[in-house]
Amino acid sequence: MTDSKYFTTTKKGEIFELKAELNSDKKEKKKEAVKKVIASMTVGKDVSALFPDVVNCMQTDNLELKKLVYLYLMNYAKSQPDMAIMAVNTFVKDCEDPNPLIRALAVRTMGCIRVDKITEYLCEPLRKCLKDEDPYVRKTAAVCVAKLHDINAQLVEDQGFLDTLKDLISDSNPMVVANAVAALSEIAESHPSSNLLDLNPQSINKLLTALNECTEWGQIFILDCLANYMPKDDREAQSICERVTPRLSHANSAVVLSAVKVLMKFMEMLSKDLDYYGTLLKKLAPPLVTLLSAEPELQYVALRNINLIVQKRPEILKHEMKVFFVKYNDPIYVKLEKLDIMIRLASQANIAQVLAELKEYATEVDVDFVRKAVRAIGRCAIKVEQSAERCVSTLLDLIQTKVNYVVQEAIVVIKDIFRKYPNKYESVIATLCENLDSLDEPEARAAMIWIVGEYAERIDNADELLESFLEGFHDESTQVQLQLLTAIVKLFLKKPTETQELVQQVLSLATQDSDNPDLRDRGYIYWRLLSTDPVAAKEVVLAEKPLISEETDLIEPTLLDELICYIGTLASVYHKPPSAFVEGSRGVVHKSLPPRTGSSESAESPEAAPTGAPPSEQPAVIPAQGDLLGDLLNLDLGPPVSGPPMTTASVQMGAVDLLGGGLDSLMGDESEGMGGTNFAAPPAGTMPATLSAPIGGGLGDLFDLTSGVGTLSGSYVAPKAVWLPAMKAKGLEISGTFTRQVGSISMDLLLTNKALQVMSDFAIQFNRNSFGLAPAAPLQVHAPLSPNQTVEISLPLNTVGSVMKMDPLNNLQVAVKNNIDVFYFSTLYPLHILFVEDGKMERQMFLATWKDIPNENEAQFQIKDCPLNAEAVSSKLQGSNIFTIAKRNVEGQDMLYQSLKLTNGIWVLAELRIQPGNPNFTLSLKCRAPEVSQHVYQAYETVLKN
Amino acid sequence: MIGGLFIYNHKGEVLISRVYRDDIGRNAVDAFRVNVIHARQQVRSPVTNIARTSFFHVKRSNIWLAAVTKQNVNAAMVFEFLYKMCDVMAAYFGKISEENIKNNFVLIYELLDEILDFGYPQNSETGALKTFITQQGIKSQHTKEEQSQITSQVTGQIGWRREGIKYRRNELFLDVLESVNLLMSPQGQVLSAHVSGRVVMKSYLSGMPECKFGMNDKIVIEKQGKGTADETGKSGKQSIAIDDCTFHQCVRLSKFDSERSISFIPPDGEFELMRYRTTKDIILPFRVIPLVREVGRTKLEVKVVIKSNFKPSLLAQKIEVRIPTPLNTSGVQVICMKGKAKYKASENAIVWKIKRMAGMKESQISAEIELLPTNDKKKWARPPISMNFEVPFAPSGLKVRYLKVFEPKLNYSDHDVIKWVRYIGRSGIYETRC
Repeated sequence: MTDSKYFTTTKKGEIFELKAELNSDKKEKKKEAVKKVIASMTVGKDVSALFPDVVNCMQTDNLELKKLVYLYLMNYAKSQPDMAIMAVNTFVKDCEDPNPLIRALAVRTMGCIRVDKITEYLCEPLRKCLKDEDPYVRKTAAVCVAKLHDINAQLVEDQGFLDTLKDLISDSNPMVVANAVAALSEIAESHPSSNLLDLNPQSINKLLTALNECTEWGQIFILDCLANYMPKDDREAQSICERVTPRLSHANSAVVLSAVKVLMKFMEMLSKDLDYYGTLLKKLAPPLVTLLSAEPELQYVALRNINLIVQKRPEILKHEMKVFFVKYNDPIYVKLEKLDIMIRLASQANIAQVLAELKEYATEVDVDFVRKAVRAIGRCAIKVEQSAERCVSTLLDLIQTKVNYVVQEAIVVIKDIFRKYPNKYESVIATLCENLDSLDEPEARAAMIWIVGEYAERIDNADELLESFLEGFHDESTQVQLQLLTAIVKLFLKKPTETQELVQQVLSLATQDSDNPDLRDRGYIYWRLLSTDPVAAKEVVLAEKPLISEETDLIEPTLLDELICYIGTLASVYHKPPSAFVEGSRGVVHKSLPPRTGSSESAESPEAAPTGAPPSEQPAVIPAQGDLLGDLLNLDLGPPVSGPPMTTASVQMGAVDLLGGGLDSLMGDESEGMGGTNFAAPPAGTMPATLSAPIGGGLGDLFDLTSGVGTLSGSYVAPKAVWLPAMKAKGLEISGTFTRQVGSISMDLLLTNKALQVMSDFAIQFNRNSFGLAPAAPLQVHAPLSPNQTVEISLPLNTVGSVMKMDPLNNLQVAVKNNIDVFYFSTLYPLHILFVEDGKMERQMFLATWKDIPNENEAQFQIKDCPLNAEAVSSKLQGSNIFTIAKRNVEGQDMLYQSLKLTNGIWVLAELRIQPGNPNFTLSLKCRAPEVSQHVYQAYETVLKN
Repeated sequence: MIGGLFIYNHKGEVLISRVYRDDIGRNAVDAFRVNVIHARQQVRSPVTNIARTSFFHVKRSNIWLAAVTKQNVNAAMVFEFLYKMCDVMAAYFGKISEENIKNNFVLIYELLDEILDFGYPQNSETGALKTFITQQGIKSQHTKEEQSQITSQVTGQIGWRREGIKYRRNELFLDVLESVNLLMSPQGQVLSAHVSGRVVMKSYLSGMPECKFGMNDKIVIEKQGKGTADETGKSGKQSIAIDDCTFHQCVRLSKFDSERSISFIPPDGEFELMRYRTTKDIILPFRVIPLVREVGRTKLEVKVVIKSNFKPSLLAQKIEVRIPTPLNTSGVQVICMKGKAKYKASENAIVWKIKRMAGMKESQISAEIELLPTNDKKKWARPPISMNFEVPFAPSGLKVRYLKVFEPKLNYSDHDVIKWVRYIGRSGIYETRC
């Protein structure tokens, strides 16, 4: 008996006939009729008119008939919602059937009947089935929750099905677990914010156990779900990786790719120094290669993914070049993908082999493939310098074949080779020029014109060649027109005498006869340049061009990282994020790789920070090394801050950049920017937004630091105090203060003559002191000081005088002489004038030093009544050369880690703890010379409170 | 997940259409027909995106299977599923043809309902499916025990085998099937060579037998060699380095990962236990030495020598050498020492067949190809010379060391099982450029 006869009923009046048969008393006839209905449905005929008759057949013991009716129901229930309710009773009854197969069938079909009215009737049976004793029913019910959620999400939440589903993750049957995971993952996707898939080490452990036991499909669901988990540290990441690696030997390629996804993702968290990291890298290569012996469609998926993997981690497959060699019988889509990967893997070590292969491919039949192969040869030349010569000669061989598209493609890549290795392969230009006539594609024509323009001085008939293109100027594509304009201007600048007419002609064509604004603008700019200052024009147009980079067609790194999270899926096949091809809310969730951690290069993840914080009873809180480094990365985003004020710098740079960019496009280079000039710091005005954000703290610091430098431009200066009263010095009153400005210390003195006679012949001398302070120049009072006159003098100081430890440490004894007598006084200088500008310690140094200094050298102080917040504090201190290296927030307190260096090379490390709302700060200082601590603390006080 | 699944004939008529998701409409059926099956240019990718809907397709003879989705599905899984679908259908009704599909459309719908739920693949092992979906209509009269046995098998850990299998004679067959692939330059330099092998097992064993399979895997041998030092010398030489291997889902992968031992409870009947790939120390059974000379513009002289490179006592079979000829060939004269050679104009090739050839022998063919003069500038691409053969050994050097069977509940031991092992080496893509 065959069923194919059902496909051949095309009679008129068929529906009526079927109706009669469906209502027949004979079971066999009924079944036959339903089969006919299904067959008609399949080929797209509308048989919805039979709805009531078919539903009537539902009440039957015959499972086959039942299944057919269900199939019909799933298709047409939506168009006949009122009638569909008729079926509800049967479903409810079937859900109680003693046969688990029937219970499952009922619950499976129920979910597929997408009629709102019915859904509420389904809740009770579904609830029962979710707790059914038979795993087959439970695994079907789990999927049904996802179905119901798709129809009515609110209902599912209200009925508490999500919790039941979560419970199923701990089910004893692996297939139930797998389906529950699949359903939850899908539901979670449409609620990006919810914490539905609450993955924690315990649930992960359950999933990993189920992984070993469930079907191949279940393994895929679980692995895809695991990939969304973020392990809390590298140890957890490693232990998951260890349990996932056996999946790499699975016969199902999808299992393998999903396992690769998990590994690639969690590998980010492993330190590269770890032995395991290397082992893992080695383990990844063979399964990836094995994927290439799968069926061609899967090979295609695998190759698209390998393309991502070699960009992310080239080391995995660097020795596997040969497996990507194209086979004669590979489908074209596999060939093209292999070629892409071959170029990516090409290196000096394998270039000879690769070139031999590419040359082979360039003689194949498929036009796209041949073009790509030719292009690949050019890429190799650019990528591996040693091979450039061989590549060029291969390309020349190919040009000799005179196959039109091969020649054109070759010329396009030779242009790129010229751009990479200027003035090296010009000898081939003659050969290229021979093929001028055969070029009919814009890209090839533009490339050829560029070559002619660039090397106009070496091509005798350059003007003729370019003139020949000019004839059909308006028929050319924009690309060619722009190139032609630039090339002729270049030619004119190189050989002005013979080509004046030509340049006039092209300029007028471009400016007067063209509607294309780009072309017109470029034409006008050239014209003005040439008419105002030909020398400048020459400098601009014929300027040396930056070389093109080696790697091209690379996927932008953030997108690449996102795509790595989507290995195995469509996104990885399209090389696009899901949002680019998926409608609605699904796939909008942006996935990203876990941040790298480890000892050598690391950034802290937001979650990791609190756990890494040491207990608070410890007086000195030093963050884990990794955390500090994380901050370092943030801080280092900008250039060093000790230079001139940033704001002005960025304005100037901006101007340069604008010009540079403009010039660059004028010069006829299509793609690359003038990378070098583009280093302007972001203008300070854009920064405040990040000030309060915890992660942006680094940037915030940067901003504050810059403004600190910009406004204060020097350390705090105390008001002048009287050092030597007039009474003690026969009428000479000296008051003064110390300042530090841009690296130089000075003593600002105010000398007042309160005597009745004129004073002259001033001189000053310091006694030996703790830091070797000494006048850097003699005290210069130019005119004699008449009575009641005051003179202000700034005396530059240095720290190269003789040293003697004083008590107190910052005591300075000074002798001042004038024509009357010698007077002595002593004063205390604030220590912060000795804080040098390069007192910013590197973080790692800081950390090491902090640990290195014995704890007994630590001193703790309270700074009372200081109402500033952490940012203000660090910017204020920065002005006095106390540098904030890192800032962390621990349990609501801001911790500032700071360093400063004294003129004599003593480092002082500080930890400043600031509680918001509490004006009292705690300052811990560590220094190898603990005597200075007290004075440093005073310096802090002084700076902060003024 | 998969939103819908369609099967078309070569004309683009729908034979089977099953929609799982609401976002896939009937128009998707037509979109695929218009844009892929009837496309003017042959599609260049097995994945096509039409109006934000993605279509995955595979072709079996002239039947198209297409899976449709609007979501970011696991693409590898969709293809694996389509292949599996083909396997399941083939296991039920043989060749996948329009005729067979039409004849079994009810069965196919039933299968699709079972193995794909809401677009999620479910258990698709034919062994398990056949217990409750049959071509003779559904057995609705299962007993209670049978029912629970079915469901526990479909969802269970050992979904590929049912309990209570009994054989009078416990027997198993192991086939080591290898295909050796080669790409050689005209100068005889090996550009790439690898063996992809499969171990296919046919088991007729009672109960739930626990099996352990051993081969001369270098890693295992070296590990054991440490224990008995004197043995390393002998067996170490014969061991082979396996680049990578994959296993049937019955094999405990975690055990393989930790101990590199292959243990499993086999499905009943035939299944593929493992696949592997080797690239080192491959025995290339044949060497092809081509010599092509262009005599003027209208004549080509071709001489091809093949040398067999294995033990003289072994015999290679079904040897076929395929020498491509240019499209403008007008006549061919062939002389060969052994076998038969024929010019097949429809295939643009000279096909040279030799029934049998012993090891360490040599044979040659020479041909004169006359060409029609053309003004086609394009040079002839010279496709490689390909070769087919079958040899009674494993070119990778793989040897089965043991296959132990334990069945603790039934009273038969490893010695009672009759075991057969056979090695077949076939040519995969075995090409020499000329």
